[in-house]
Amino acid sequence: MANKRNKDWGAYLYLMPVLVILLAFHVLPIFYSLWVSFYEWDLIGQPEFVGAGNYSRLMDDPLFFKSLWNTIYYAAVSVPLSIMFSLIIAMLLNNPISAIGIYRTVYFIPVITSINAVAIVWNFIYHPDFGLLNKILDIFSIDPRAWLQDPTWAMPAIIFMSVWKGLGHNVIIFLAGLQNIPRHLYEAARIDGANRWQQFRHITWPLLSPTTFFIFTISVIGSFQVFSQVYMMTPRGGPLKSTMVVVYYLYRKAFEQFEFGYALAAAFVLFVIIFGCTLFNKLYLEKKVHYS
Amino acid sequence: MFKFKHPDHVPVHTLLIIGSIFMLFPFIWMIATSFKSQDEILSTSKKIVLLPDLARPGFLNGAEEKARINRKNDEAAAWQAEQAKPAAERNQKIRAPFQWLDNYLFALRAQPFYRFFLNTIFVSITVTSVSLFFASLAAYAFAFFNFPFKNTMFMLMLGTMMLPQQALLIPNYIVLSKIGWVNSYLALIVPWFASAYAVFFLRQFFMQLPKDLFEAATIDGCSRFQFYYKVVLPLSIPSMVTLGIFSFLANWNSFVWPLIVTNDTNLRVIQVGLSYFSSEAGTKWGPLMAASTMTILPLVIGYFLAQKQFVESQATTGMKE
Repeated sequence: MANKRNKDWGAYLYLMPVLVILLAFHVLPIFYSLWVSFYEWDLIGQPEFVGAGNYSRLMDDPLFFKSLWNTIYYAAVSVPLSIMFSLIIAMLLNNPISAIGIYRTVYFIPVITSINAVAIVWNFIYHPDFGLLNKILDIFSIDPRAWLQDPTWAMPAIIFMSVWKGLGHNVIIFLAGLQNIPRHLYEAARIDGANRWQQFRHITWPLLSPTTFFIFTISVIGSFQVFSQVYMMTPRGGPLKSTMVVVYYLYRKAFEQFEFGYALAAAFVLFVIIFGCTLFNKLYLEKKVHYS
Repeated sequence: MFKFKHPDHVPVHTLLIIGSIFMLFPFIWMIATSFKSQDEILSTSKKIVLLPDLARPGFLNGAEEKARINRKNDEAAAWQAEQAKPAAERNQKIRAPFQWLDNYLFALRAQPFYRFFLNTIFVSITVTSVSLFFASLAAYAFAFFNFPFKNTMFMLMLGTMMLPQQALLIPNYIVLSKIGWVNSYLALIVPWFASAYAVFFLRQFFMQLPKDLFEAATIDGCSRFQFYYKVVLPLSIPSMVTLGIFSFLANWNSFVWPLIVTNDTNLRVIQVGLSYFSSEAGTKWGPLMAASTMTILPLVIGYFLAQKQFVESQATTGMKE
């Protein structure tokens, strides 16, 4: 019976639409981009084979390394910050308090709004002369700054805004993870005289580690692909290219300078880095995850 | 007075309320600014003024209108002084009709935002409905049939979810430009007809439907497609709605892909239109905030309508590994 069913090619009629489009727009392009990355091509003329030329040029381009460094900076600061704040908020929300639904809704609003609209709002908040942030800082007698025009502050400003934007998403996932931790463990710990920090350290943190691992992996992948807020808030890579990130770099190479082969070489390097990070997370970090 | 039922919850609420203000304030500031005049916005005074001055002369109404309103306000002030009222009430002053919408009108005039909205609605609805239909077909096959290379196909599908989308932008652009789809609705729509995420999501749901139902229906002479649209589809309406909301949201907010594949103003979607407006508008913060408000508002309203479904499905799908 099972054997007979296994010749069921008719099932592919149902799979066909999804399969064709996935292959055409999601699978084959990966191989195609690897192939094009060995050519010099502006899309108009004939592609010219340059071998590993694009890759060696890439390795000689200080701007590429600058953009790589900026991306790592973005990831290294925004991911832990976002995890820390969203865990704190999720733990506050995990109390049996009233109005949970309202809080959950409020914290989730920035997640559903579009990054572009929100970036415009934060552009205005960060404005050196009329911005809200400088006005607030003035109350505490802190000198005004040109946040997005200052090479030291442009990236932190973008990170701050991005953490604010993505917080709610992590809060919801952490909350689901927290609710899976059995209450009786805390009661037992309290009877044994464990304080709040000890309860967190020995119950919450280890039992939550699958959730934290999931959020960490997803966030690292996402932060290596940061683009929209950088594009909207700091045009042309920001002051002294301090906010030039990898995706912005390859966007510029492809769609402003029309070096498609070269841009694809950069894209492929990015792909390898993201894949490497994910693999590292999976192989190394996941060992520290406590699965029940 | 309000009495706390649980006094030990007060610090928790305090922290959560401070956090909520922080989460919401940018939106409140945005909406408030969208009703302010350019003079108010560009004031370098250190004072934080949230509410717009409702009595200001309309800044887009021209000098004559301004003078007229000033005159009227002076008259009103004089009259009020005569009445020996305390401080002049702001709302007693005379306002030009609709001047509080000036920033919105300015934004709508500066860029064809109507067109952008129509484009976005068209693209979002088409992609959402077609991708749901395609995904439900594939999920149905994965959940109910046994066919050659089933596991390979499923892994392939999951694998595409892990690819960084940005790495696909350039090769897809090259292919579309070669077949002449750049600057067309096709480019905005067709690549998104397939969603591996939607297939995965629906398959998880279909797996919960009783297999016996399928066996029984087949014995009774029900064809596979009949079973799909007479039994499976009606049963899965709630999860389709959840998925539909996700998809609509993602399409409404999608930016990088439409930015790359369209140059034509007539084809711009709202996010791209907003980014062009942002680079053109300079210091016209009022109209910029108005445009941002218009972009965000439909989503927030939709979110409140579908809130429960939304947060719950976020929590459950986020955890599936």
